[in-house]
Amino acid sequence: MPRKKITIPSKVESLSILNEKGQLDKTLEPDIPEELLLKLHRAMVLGRRFDERLLSLQRQGRIGTFAPITGQEASQLGAVAPLRDTDWMAPSFREMAAELWRGKAMESVILAYGGYNEGWPDEKEHNDLPVAIPVASQVLHALGIAWAMKYRQKDDVAMAFLGDGGTSEGDFHEGLNFAGVYQAPVIIICQNNQWAISVPRSKQTRSKTLAQKALAYDIPGIQVDGNDILAVYAASKEAIDRARAGEGATLIENVTYRMMMHTTADDPKRYRTDKEVNAWKKRDPIIRFQKYLIDKGILSDKKINTLEEDVKAEIQGAVDNAEAMMKKTIEPMDMFNHAYEELPPYTEQQRKEFEEELAEIGKEGNHA
Amino acid sequence: MPKVTMVQALNMALRQEMEKDDRVIILGEDVGLDGGVFRVTDGLVQEFGEDRSVDTPLAESGIVGMSIGMALYGLRPVCEIQFSGFSYHNFHQIENHAARLRWRSQGRFQVPMVLRTPYGGGVRALEHHSESRETFWSHIPGLKMVIPSGPRNARALLVSAIRDPDPVIFYEGKAIYRAFREEVPEEEETMPIGQSQRVKEGKDLTMISYGAMMRPTLQAAETLQEKDGIETDVIDLLTISPMDDTLFVESVQKTGRALVVHEAPRTLGPGAEIVSRLVEKAFYYLEAPVARVTGFDIIIPLFSRENAYLPNVHRILRAARKVMSS
Repeated sequence: MPRKKITIPSKVESLSILNEKGQLDKTLEPDIPEELLLKLHRAMVLGRRFDERLLSLQRQGRIGTFAPITGQEASQLGAVAPLRDTDWMAPSFREMAAELWRGKAMESVILAYGGYNEGWPDEKEHNDLPVAIPVASQVLHALGIAWAMKYRQKDDVAMAFLGDGGTSEGDFHEGLNFAGVYQAPVIIICQNNQWAISVPRSKQTRSKTLAQKALAYDIPGIQVDGNDILAVYAASKEAIDRARAGEGATLIENVTYRMMMHTTADDPKRYRTDKEVNAWKKRDPIIRFQKYLIDKGILSDKKINTLEEDVKAEIQGAVDNAEAMMKKTIEPMDMFNHAYEELPPYTEQQRKEFEEELAEIGKEGNHA
Repeated sequence: MPKVTMVQALNMALRQEMEKDDRVIILGEDVGLDGGVFRVTDGLVQEFGEDRSVDTPLAESGIVGMSIGMALYGLRPVCEIQFSGFSYHNFHQIENHAARLRWRSQGRFQVPMVLRTPYGGGVRALEHHSESRETFWSHIPGLKMVIPSGPRNARALLVSAIRDPDPVIFYEGKAIYRAFREEVPEEEETMPIGQSQRVKEGKDLTMISYGAMMRPTLQAAETLQEKDGIETDVIDLLTISPMDDTLFVESVQKTGRALVVHEAPRTLGPGAEIVSRLVEKAFYYLEAPVARVTGFDIIIPLFSRENAYLPNVHRILRAARKVMSS
């Protein structure tokens, strides 16, 4: 009965294909059709510019608090690009670009951040869950969806997103463990953006990587340069293909950076340096990808300028639409909608009381 | 006496207790360098170090479970759960352990911890940031549930909560964190947990509320006095559990009429308990049905409609006039 080491094969890899200088490892370059490459580029630019516009709307008091995504465009778009419409996505609250890619309207984003429940779309064919704010809770939902897909013998997959902070929550570990036990077709994307509000990645866990958390549950884990869209796409595609083939779950750690505040209610100057932020600016995912596309001969400065104009107009259109909807839709009675399939009698009574109250205010013309 | 906000008053309570007692430890997400997302723990890490103001990984159940262990070993942990909407993650640690370790160990152990957490609507926040779920906690035997209504009582009650031998859930109304200032004495001040307070004396109508809803309640009381000549007796509960009914029962025995205000949903909200106590102890004095002005039995909507959901002065006045005319 000796004391000896148990050999546990490490399945944790790291992947980088297009480095921060825009240099490409040709041996690893994924085979992505030109059309898709350009579509991804457009989605990255749209995500960035829309984020900037949301920030200005927030600063002007036209919408409420929101969580900016700037810097994480590659990390989320590369992950969702290989998904099909029949696949499901369970986002956290920092995947706006991925949600737009999957079909959410910018108007919905503005409405939700503007405090209107109407921003949560009710489209029957839409397979993405609403934004999940309670950290890591959504991992288990994706797992459950994946289990059900397997039960129904579909070759669809579910993808969950969370951040580096989320890996500390029990739900994350339970999700990974279940995924391993059931060999469920779930892909868990951890956007490691280095900060959970003010707590740096180094204080979140002693583990060298977040990808290695997968090891304990015996599922593959891979660390990817999250600002390299080719690497994110390649890792995601590989994991999705494996899941579709019945080979189970994968944890992908996208190493990226939260360029902005946690939410607009946060002031990062209290806990991190400009020096650190500036260092990450040099690793911008969009600049790097643009260089790649220009080198490939399918993009030019002129085309970028046209695209920027085009995106700007699209965003302006969405802002106009959303603000017009907000002006129209201030129907307070609607807050009783969707609480239940059928409103229980006592709640219905409360709805009626409220209706009377509104009518009375209408007569009096004020709230006092 | 300096005039301070509730955030500053809470900070003062923590600082003074930490100075006095090295068993007092603060822990939670972003409570260190960031000073908490509402800045309640601002400056404490600089003054007392990282062992006294502990930034934890992001895990509510972890924070509360760890606090229980610290308390069992003789410390006085004051943990912060960033928003009460995330405290359900740690619910089982409170229900299954914090609230019953004294009982489970037949008195051998105690869990003198405080769980501070912001609650309530009115600050245009995101989903899960505006609920008022005090019923969850006040339904648990072995646990105390405190909700201050302003800077001065917040400071005094937090000091008492830290010194209390039993676990205390301490709800802080986001809407009143910075809404107004009060004079708070530098010197030590405590308030007994489990005691309500009369904040306005009157003979016609008893109004019972607590927390952030005390403001619209008091505003309504003023209007009733000025416009309707109705003199209200206003009771601030301060502690939800164990609930002190002496003042409001005595008050209703005098006025014969009562109105309860809270932003929590109506069904099984604290108002249900208040009305039950009145039925038990003041039934023969009642001259009109007791009214409840509360949040509706639905999930609080996103912020464009939160003012329609939350009780306001208008709604309180409407109910008060109805009680007075029946």
